[in-house]
Amino acid sequence: MSTNFGSKRIVVGAHYGSRDWLSQRVTALLMALFTLVLVVQVLMPGQMGYYKWAGIFSAQWMKVLTFVVIVALALHAWVGMRDIWMDYVKPVGLRLALQVFSIVWLLGCAGWAVQVIWRL
Amino acid sequence: MADTLKERPVYRNIHVSQIVAYRLPPAGIVSILHRVSGAAMFLLLPFVIWLFDNSLTSEISFDRFASVFSAGLGFLPGWFIKLVCLGLIWAYLHHFIAGVRHLWMDMTHSVSKEQGHSSAVITLAASLLLTVALGAKLFGLF
Repeated sequence: MSTNFGSKRIVVGAHYGSRDWLSQRVTALLMALFTLVLVVQVLMPGQMGYYKWAGIFSAQWMKVLTFVVIVALALHAWVGMRDIWMDYVKPVGLRLALQVFSIVWLLGCAGWAVQVIWRL
Repeated sequence: MADTLKERPVYRNIHVSQIVAYRLPPAGIVSILHRVSGAAMFLLLPFVIWLFDNSLTSEISFDRFASVFSAGLGFLPGWFIKLVCLGLIWAYLHHFIAGVRHLWMDMTHSVSKEQGHSSAVITLAASLLLTVALGAKLFGLF
């Protein structure tokens, strides 16, 4: 990778999708683990209500973990939505517009979710 | 030469109007539903974060979050919100289990025709059963 530019740039090969493939699986594992961590805490003894729910997310380690998962979700959904647009939308202009929409949509959602955890 | 060229069949991607005519195996159904559930969750992401926001920000917003399921949201009635959430629950469960199926296939190379069939049936059954169970809880049946 260190000399993959200029005249040394590799323009052929079969590895262009493997990074996306791997990142989609790594982010999926992170989200699955987060789901388990959250379910275990929700099922802990105690009446479910605002204080128990907010208590789960008020721990700093949980905020950090949730933040990582929000970023993972945005990346994961980007790879998936990009696949969908590439499979079904052939006109280049429309595909570009939908891809830009996906990025804006995901970045906006991620920013909002991060705000929610860190003003708690 | 020109005549034979004219008669050559042309195969293109499945058109939307042909979808119903294609009978998919269970693995194919899991695959397309994996995509459909992912796209649905992508589109409903702002709604999920709105719920997350209201459930966490304060006791007052928590009450607003809880009342959405009975009093509704804007012009949308409570049962409709519950139905949307049931759809989200199914989408999450299906996407989760189908994703675990993918990881299991990647790690154990369980990619024979029989394994693909049985794991697809298990995925469909598990996601639907869990959806029914959580849906019963959501609609207050237990």
